[in-house]
Amino acid sequence: MGEIPEKFFIPDVVDVKQRKTDIGPPHYSNFLPPVIKKNYGNWKTHEILSPGLMVHIANSGDKIWTVRVASPRLLSTDTLREIADIADKYCDGYFRFTTRNNIEFLVSDESKVQPLIDELNAKKFMIGGIGSRVSNIVHTQGWIHCHSAAVDASALVKAIMDEFADYFTTKETPNKVRFAVACCTNMCGAVHCSDIAYVGIHRKLPRIDHDNFKNVCELPTTMAACPTAAITPDPAKKSIKINPEKCMYCGNCFSVCPALPIADPENDGVAIVVGGKVGNLRKPPMFSKLAVAYLPNNPPRWPEVVKATRKIFDAYIAGAKKHERVGEWIERIGWEKFFAVTGLPFTFQHIDDWTYAFKTFRTTTQFKWTK
Amino acid sequence: MTKKYDTPLLDELEKGPFPSFVTEIKKAAAKNPMAADELGQLEKSMRDKVTYWKHGGIVGVRGYGGGVIGRYSQLADEFPGVAHFHTVRVNQPAGLFYTSETIRFICDLWDKYGSGLTNFHGSTGDMVLLGTVTDNLEPLATILSLNGFDLGGSGSAMRTPSCCVGPARCEWSMIDTLDITYDLTQEFQDELHRPQFPYKFKIKTVGCPVDCNASIARADLSIIGTWKGPIEIDQDRVRDYAKKGVNIQEEIVNFCPGKCITWDGNNLAINNSDCLHCMHCITKLAGALKPTPPFGAVILIGAKAPFVIGATLSWVIVPFMELKPPYQELKDMIRNMWDWWNEYGKNRERIGELIIRRGMREFLEVCGLEPTPEMVKEPRNDPFWFWKEEDLEKKPWEEFLK
Ligand code: HEM
Ligand code: HEM
Ligand code: SF4
Ligand code: SF4
Ligand code: SF4
Ligand code: SF4
Repeated sequence: MGEIPEKFFIPDVVDVKQRKTDIGPPHYSNFLPPVIKKNYGNWKTHEILSPGLMVHIANSGDKIWTVRVASPRLLSTDTLREIADIADKYCDGYFRFTTRNNIEFLVSDESKVQPLIDELNAKKFMIGGIGSRVSNIVHTQGWIHCHSAAVDASALVKAIMDEFADYFTTKETPNKVRFAVACCTNMCGAVHCSDIAYVGIHRKLPRIDHDNFKNVCELPTTMAACPTAAITPDPAKKSIKINPEKCMYCGNCFSVCPALPIADPENDGVAIVVGGKVGNLRKPPMFSKLAVAYLPNNPPRWPEVVKATRKIFDAYIAGAKKHERVGEWIERIGWEKFFAVTGLPFTFQHIDDWTYAFKTFRTTTQFKWTK
Repeated sequence: MTKKYDTPLLDELEKGPFPSFVTEIKKAAAKNPMAADELGQLEKSMRDKVTYWKHGGIVGVRGYGGGVIGRYSQLADEFPGVAHFHTVRVNQPAGLFYTSETIRFICDLWDKYGSGLTNFHGSTGDMVLLGTVTDNLEPLATILSLNGFDLGGSGSAMRTPSCCVGPARCEWSMIDTLDITYDLTQEFQDELHRPQFPYKFKIKTVGCPVDCNASIARADLSIIGTWKGPIEIDQDRVRDYAKKGVNIQEEIVNFCPGKCITWDGNNLAINNSDCLHCMHCITKLAGALKPTPPFGAVILIGAKAPFVIGATLSWVIVPFMELKPPYQELKDMIRNMWDWWNEYGKNRERIGELIIRRGMREFLEVCGLEPTPEMVKEPRNDPFWFWKEEDLEKKPWEEFLK
């Protein structure tokens, strides 16, 4: 088991023979504030006191306050140490992260709540994200660290969060709005179930490096990776062919075969999908659906993407009932109205042509006239 | 000496209210040449609109097949600091709780052996330490283990399990998400560290149907807490909410998908037998409504991102399982499904895709599960199905027509 020592240590000379394997993570109880340990599984309720502050109340009457701040997910050790220092000063050293990469300071002593908030404000931390508003964006690696990225993730996140910062810190939305970014159709970031999400896409065929194919790629795996069976052997070249009519530029073949690069500075870009959710509240979980088929990569701030998001976001704020998520709002008004109220164009790309395409074709005469 | 780069495009991303990742890289770059070259390469990506990382590359530590993701730059001559820039995944404490000493230890370690850049956290759950060289991997893993930490999963292995904050700080949690996650992680150390599956396998546990960890969309095995007892109502607190301006009819009754709540302006009534256990009323009237035991979990299988057949959400396979330590029933079931997947799965085929290919019936039989209506949205709508010899002997009508 991962038992943590009295005091953490980093030896000057490392004897790798001392390495223990399969100890697993340290037990979580090492990191829980005493008030949480005492009331574990015994919480009664909680209240949201302000956009970045909530208090949880236990059946015993004990309380713990949580102050949430935004994080860019990519953190330097300097910033992590700063967080540790703040936690020492106000939280007896205890803090946690949320699954959307926010930082939560856990305060057991009410008198320290306001001083903590004051210090965070003074240090320009962005406090908020609790309740019916925008939270942090879950995202993937992008150009910082991934070989398949069709768009950068961190930069896009920064551009979007700057635009909607008010909705993190102060303003409310009808219900939570969850953004997500995946830098390629691999979708490490689970964008396929978020309210408003971005996917990096390619629009041109992979380029085949015939000379290298036989050295670095395996034929059966490469063929099997293609969802549309566009890849066939090219025995003469000891390589493969790609049928351009079948390829939908997903890049999965590149994931298994480095000799099929697909990244393209001119033609890669961003698709926007909307209306997904994972929770079971009210409606069952829903997939996100295509709202904008393509917007150009325009680093560093992707103005087209930010503007298109504004259109969707503002239409949602104006049209949704309290408690409706983006997907629930769209389902209620209907997709024809969604395109009408957002002004987004409906194009051939919006009509599915993949595995279960027919499930999305309309089989009723019930629809609303929008023009 | 760390190299300095002009970064006019990245500098733009230091403006605006949201904390800037560029500022973070710059902080690390001030003292670390790897981080400095990461900054330089990223600026070039912004300019050229393309990534400069090479495809893949296997690196690791002795005895382990995963936990480290190899990363090499295409531009090693120009940016030697990121010639190797491997990611180290460190198994996070369940619930993502930390103490300041722990985090300082990780920082000291990473300043000594890595780039000084991290992700808290990767979307799988691990602490992600971004950027180190091959030679540093053994010492890193050794020091981590001496201090109680271990590497997480990568490759065709069980991935680091993760969970929501659960009973540690959430009144709605109906199972002990942290304990389940810790216990399963320990139980399956071998499967976590030595890739032996056709492809990745993710387990995510959440305490209630709100699903704060997106388990239903992101885990091959999704464990979601739920309840079977009636919803307990504190009428005084409901009236309080009404007084404070909550429009009970609009916001609660009309949104109930089970159409099972009524409100006469004074009392709230729930017809529990029609409740869909969606949590809407409970979350919107926090403290006034409360689920009651029996508590347990819905077990679902098969979520994945779109490659190759399209994205899937997890499918219900056990509508209700009591989850008490040592979680033996669950562990046995997981081992059974892995055996089947290992036997029949093709390279890079997720378990959900195999279920689609070979049929849910086979999968359920492998897991020893009986069919129930909770598993489907609706029964099939065509009349050609597979009869097995053993089915022909069964005469269920004699039972139900009695
Ligand atoms: C060579 C191939 C791949 C590489 C290098 C890769 C890399 C990664 C990385 C680095 C992450 C963590 C991202 C982060 O936390 O920032 C990740 C997560 C993820 N990957 Fe991949 N990936 C690959 C293939 C795939 C494929 C083929 C799929 C889908 C079929 C996939 C689906 C996912 C998903 C859904 C996550 C996030 C899930 C979660 O939240 O736990 N990946 N991948
Ligand atoms: C191999 C299987 C099947 C064959 C060869 C077949 C053949 C046909 C043919 C030739 C018709 C047209 C009759 C006409 O217009 O005079 C028809 C109509 C129809 N079939 Fe089938 N069918 C098959 C399976 C099914 C199944 C599985 C279902 C239902 C689940 C089904 C439901 C219907 C219905 C409802 C109609 C009438 C459609 C209408 O007039 O609205 N059939 N079938
Ligand atoms: S979504 Fe694609 S580009 Fe982004 S981290 Fe995952 S595999 Fe890499
Ligand atoms: S990009 Fe996708 S569709 Fe095109 S050949 Fe590769 S795997 Fe097939
Ligand atoms: S999933 Fe449920 S139990 Fe877990 S944190 Fe969210 S609301 Fe609480
Ligand atoms: S949990 Fe959902 S279905 Fe059940 S009573 Fe409440 S709102 Fe209705």
